[in-house]
Amino acid sequence: MPHDHAPHPYRPDQDGPLTEAQVTEIAIRELLIEKGITTASEVTAEVEAMDARSPAQGARVIARAWTDADFKARLLADGTAACEELGIEMGTLKLVALENTETTHNVIVCTLCSCYPRNLLGLPPDWYKSRAYRSRTVKEPRAVLREFGTRLPDKMAVRVHDSTADMRYLVIPSRPEGSDTLTEDALAALVTRDGMIGVTQL
Amino acid sequence: MSTEDQNDPTRPPKAWFDMGGDLAGAVVPEEHDYALWEKRVDALVMLSQKKGFFTVDGLRRALEDMGPDAFERLSYYERWVAALRRNLVEAGVLTPEELATRMEEIRARGATYGDVSAGATDG
Repeated sequence: MPHDHAPHPYRPDQDGPLTEAQVTEIAIRELLIEKGITTASEVTAEVEAMDARSPAQGARVIARAWTDADFKARLLADGTAACEELGIEMGTLKLVALENTETTHNVIVCTLCSCYPRNLLGLPPDWYKSRAYRSRTVKEPRAVLREFGTRLPDKMAVRVHDSTADMRYLVIPSRPEGSDTLTEDALAALVTRDGMIGVTQL
Repeated sequence: MSTEDQNDPTRPPKAWFDMGGDLAGAVVPEEHDYALWEKRVDALVMLSQKKGFFTVDGLRRALEDMGPDAFERLSYYERWVAALRRNLVEAGVLTPEELATRMEEIRARGATYGDVSAGATDG
């Protein structure tokens, strides 16, 4: 899991001089508020709602799927409805869950832009949106996975799923061996963001 | 579409943002905690869509029209704020003139984001 516990540095420009983009954001926000289109508290609430979305949401879904076969069947049949069952707000997002097995590994990408299961995992990491990840994952997925420290047996199939604006994917990682006696909460703690993207195994 | 397909003269040229299959270097495992201004851009894009001023396709169109140079030169939310601005202007919600005037006022308030954005309250 090389990326799950990596430090998250602020970019050098965060505390530097005011940027054009920052000025544009402030201007748009102030004008929308003054025109009565939104309010400062509505913007704050939207920021807080997004902050509250983190891989812990996705991990909860995975742990439930590992412990409840009926739920897993519903998750595979209709990912959106199954997540809503757990109280996760999905909006108009269509979610497709992909189960890793002993013979198949799944990985997700968005070659066209940055589509990501944000309701379940929060905002995507920078590398997910990078040219290198977007370009190469569909062409040489095993090489990309090796860069994340993931070496798959040659006989294991790799399926790459290219997300769209309207359809997002979530990988159901294989349940780690020796986790039979763990509670659902303890299982959720084992699930990583990168495992749900499919660049690592648990 | 693979690189080989690009050599097929009967195929239309691939758009710059359709990166799947392109040659590229190693994936650099970069990430950063998003700054407040970036989170606010994200929030304003989501709110504007919920309020019906544009769709995710409108956002994408503006991002794609910026071209590959903007992709290399600007950060993700720098591109998003430009796409938000364009869509709101096109929707008739904001005018370029009022944006320019307000941006000038904001720059006159101070030198950092914290200095100049603190005054925003409900109108």
